[in-house]
Amino acid sequence: MNAKPLQFVKPADFHARARAALDDPKLRQSFRGAMDFLQDKRKTQFPDGDELERLRDIGEAVRRHALARLPDLLVQLEDKLTAAGVQVHWAEDGEQANAIIHAIAERNRATRFIKGKSMASEEIELNHYLEARGMTCLESDMGEYIVQLAGEKPSHIVMPAIHKTKADIAGLFAEHIPDAPYTEDVDSLIQTGRRALRQAFVDADIGLSGVNFAAADTGTLWLVENEGNGRLTTSVPDVHIAIMGMEKVVAKLEHIVPLTSLLTRSATGQAITTYFNLISGPRRAGEKDGPREVHLVLLDNGRSQAYADEQLRATLQCIRCGACMNHCPVYTRIGGHAYGTTYPGPIGKIISPHLLGLAATADLATASSLCGACGEVCPVRIPIPQLLVRLRTEANRNPNEEVSHPLRGQGAKFSRGESLIWRFWSGAFARPASYRLFRWAATRLRMLTPRAQLGWTQHRKPLTPAPRSLADLLNARGQEE
Amino acid sequence: MSAILTARERMLGRLRAAAPAAPEAVGAIDTAIDQHYLARRAAAPLPARDRIAAMQAALRASHAEVYCISSEAWPALLAQRLGEHGVRRLLLDTGSAEGQALRAALPAEVETLSFARPLAQWKSELFDTVDAGFTIARSGIAATGTLVIAPDAATPRTVSLAPPLHICLVSASTLHMDLHAAARAERWADGMPANLVLVSGPSKTSDIQQTLAYGAHGPRWLWVLIIDDLSAHEGGQP
Repeated sequence: MNAKPLQFVKPADFHARARAALDDPKLRQSFRGAMDFLQDKRKTQFPDGDELERLRDIGEAVRRHALARLPDLLVQLEDKLTAAGVQVHWAEDGEQANAIIHAIAERNRATRFIKGKSMASEEIELNHYLEARGMTCLESDMGEYIVQLAGEKPSHIVMPAIHKTKADIAGLFAEHIPDAPYTEDVDSLIQTGRRALRQAFVDADIGLSGVNFAAADTGTLWLVENEGNGRLTTSVPDVHIAIMGMEKVVAKLEHIVPLTSLLTRSATGQAITTYFNLISGPRRAGEKDGPREVHLVLLDNGRSQAYADEQLRATLQCIRCGACMNHCPVYTRIGGHAYGTTYPGPIGKIISPHLLGLAATADLATASSLCGACGEVCPVRIPIPQLLVRLRTEANRNPNEEVSHPLRGQGAKFSRGESLIWRFWSGAFARPASYRLFRWAATRLRMLTPRAQLGWTQHRKPLTPAPRSLADLLNARGQEE
Repeated sequence: MSAILTARERMLGRLRAAAPAAPEAVGAIDTAIDQHYLARRAAAPLPARDRIAAMQAALRASHAEVYCISSEAWPALLAQRLGEHGVRRLLLDTGSAEGQALRAALPAEVETLSFARPLAQWKSELFDTVDAGFTIARSGIAATGTLVIAPDAATPRTVSLAPPLHICLVSASTLHMDLHAAARAERWADGMPANLVLVSGPSKTSDIQQTLAYGAHGPRWLWVLIIDDLSAHEGGQP
């Protein structure tokens, strides 16, 4: 496959990329249309508001309970899977996870990977790592395949190619897939993609997949999908490697039932997806297909930082439905690529600082109007707006301040001048006498207010204090202050 | 403990340092889940006969072809449909009673083959030349039109996956109302097979401009035969 080389984008370039995205009417139209569509589909799946709220309570309780017992559940999952013949690996960061997967391939003399959808593998840039070592890693989810051909990363965690029009995809297929005619007929395009990938399932040495949920009590990896590429990936090659963020385990298999209902309805507005694929081990004696070797890579990669803090731990409740981005006014206007992170949108803004550090991601938490839509739709009730405010605080905190759970990159946006202004402000407002003096000075010296006020005056008139304060006006009306 | 900690020890150590000592009890969550699903089932009870209709409606909505038919009549109907569809090679378990009944009803031009060899020995042949795979579901889930399939040595995973047409037989007496009822009645928590698959329609995708297309990678067509065996079961309750 002669895909374009992957373009790497940094979250530090967020402002420039957001501006470029806002200037692209085609992109904005794509996202506006897609988000409206997904919002409507979700709405039709939850006609009963009470049922939704009860289910959200359950979803939140299941996830919070699992997180509270996370170390024990991971050990239980490992024990169960090991007993069933699955090899469990622990990876502290992306480099370790990549090395583990590479070593499994080398041990099996394998060079050809076929990959089901996995955001964790995007997070560790696995394709790039393997390709640099002479191996191929072909994406088999249709959306992922499209962005791989284009040399891009997914712009949405559920629908990776949502930013592309069918004309874009027609062009990509005609350019990259041998004998593919140019057509904008979606059925024909999907059949072209199917033909291009079908042989790859047969030829692949290793199938790599993500994991939606893992049940500690039965040692089951629960995979959710519509296309069947995930089932082919985990059934046809001789070796299956699953990779999952270590927070995805829950205590019991039956706890996954309400979570799947929340996931599929919130994500794509489906009552259920076409396939739930429950894997509890490699092929057993007498079975004629299924992988002979199954591996699970448990990935930390910064998650334990979020875990350490009582408030930020809620980040890890996420079930990756994407509803927060589908309902986010900022995401809808700038699209997923502007963020420069594996996870875009509201969930990306609260998880990426742990994966990449605050220094690289400090601008992301500011890209929110705090309208609260993300928190309102979150099926497991992650308080995303509160977490955004908290991350803004941490990014502006003095890097030398000692706190119980310091975040990597604490104080990335700290400014001594700004911090002094705030200190002056709170001092002025804390005592009646100083407040009166400040008020007097602000109204009398209002003409000295600077004309340029950072970002505010880019699109708005400068703020100046009123000639008379509210208190003065009230006094003039003969009321008590 | 050795001086050099492994990644496992360091990861667990970080989590243990932060995890609360006494997490909340699991019983309350189990009860909340049970009550939620019991209340939903009580609010809209679905007697066994109505479950067939719900199953059919849900499957048709997800683009499957569905028949509700007696245990005597299905082989002939299926044989006819296979002929009309142009199926030449059909994969099935010839050791099962259903497989034998179907084979007996098929016209000569439909070749049957069973999954006798390990997949590695005929992978390309399976992917390139087999038109249809025949499976028998362990059970069904009426609310979502879902087939619960437990692949085994005679009917491996790829039978329901690699051929472009998947045909599945499900008994009406095995239809559960929802996923919660299925997992509970079949005691999934007591032990899972290496692979359990829930199928709710043919393979599909909306990855191109939110336009739904079928046959993305798995079967393009799904035919479901619901065998009406309710009169044979007392009350029809699974």
